[in-house]
Amino acid sequence: MKRFLIPLGLFLVLVVFLAIGLNRDPHEVPSPLVGKPAPDFKLTVLASPDKQFTPADMRGQVWLLNVWASWCVSCRAEHPLLVAFAKQGGLPIVGLNYKEVRGDGGIDAKKLSADDELALTRQRAGAWLSQHGNPYTLSVLDMDGRVGIDYGVYGVPETYLIDKKGVIRFKQIGPITPESLEKKILPLARQLATES
Amino acid sequence: MIRSALIALASALTLATAAPLEAAEATPMADNPVVEARLIAISEELRCLVCQNESLAASRAELADDLRREVRKLIHDGKTDAEIRDYLVARYGDFVLYRPPVKPTTWLLWFGPFVILAGAVVGLIAYLRRRASRLAPATLSDEQKAAAQALLGTPPAPPKDNA
Repeated sequence: MKRFLIPLGLFLVLVVFLAIGLNRDPHEVPSPLVGKPAPDFKLTVLASPDKQFTPADMRGQVWLLNVWASWCVSCRAEHPLLVAFAKQGGLPIVGLNYKEVRGDGGIDAKKLSADDELALTRQRAGAWLSQHGNPYTLSVLDMDGRVGIDYGVYGVPETYLIDKKGVIRFKQIGPITPESLEKKILPLARQLATES
Repeated sequence: MIRSALIALASALTLATAAPLEAAEATPMADNPVVEARLIAISEELRCLVCQNESLAASRAELADDLRREVRKLIHDGKTDAEIRDYLVARYGDFVLYRPPVKPTTWLLWFGPFVILAGAVVGLIAYLRRRASRLAPATLSDEQKAAAQALLGTPPAPPKDNA
């Protein structure tokens, strides 16, 4: 009897490892940026062409940076949740509009001039927000995806929870779900709000 | 008549062979072969995060395009290969590296297989030793030998050639 226990034990260990491995989403790559200061940037604001936004503007507040684009199908899925959340006035949400024109496979962005791309970005992003609702305090335009690279964006939507000192404390990869909002983002945001 | 047809055919052939050359010229990629060679060498060691089983060099994902452009820019800025790798690891984590670095969290990954191998070798040696001591050398008494030969029929004879 005893001689069967060792192989059985090894087999169970293997089963546990496989079960953990198979139940994890390989697309959720832990971000090295959690616990690090949010990368700095200076980008034009969607609603006001002559204004620029930088993360330093949000010092002293706990806020969300939500990466979105009108061509992003999963963004549409999470959007009603963001709109409802913004109505409750939970946290300020800043939208990072990511490669609005270049990310859309249907458009050949190389043929557009910089001005035309900016105009098209504004038009498409603005139309999408007026159609689906605007949960954002403001949205900024990352037309070439450079800021996205600094934030390690590899799939839209992604959301960063940033504390009062400007440190990234949590990253949601993929759409925010009611569960991730209730169980992860909100409790952590409440805790961060008490920090000085 | 035939002559003009031949000329038309020849010119058509010239055009047909000329067209791919022009298409190759249109891509602005290989402006500096040294930079491109380094780009390929670096990006073959990096994983594309969108299609995770492809290298950054092979992937056609749009993010891979952006990252290759970024790596190309860093090469132009005079960054070393190690600095470029660090740049990407700082943003995307060790996951972008096809060769994970050796550090405490990856010890199990790097050395685990050798630990299992060593364990298996130790187990095998122990098992063989135990078995050797348990099995007494097989010897037959004279009686047993006679019984065995009787069962086999003929007493053992020197082998003969089958001529």
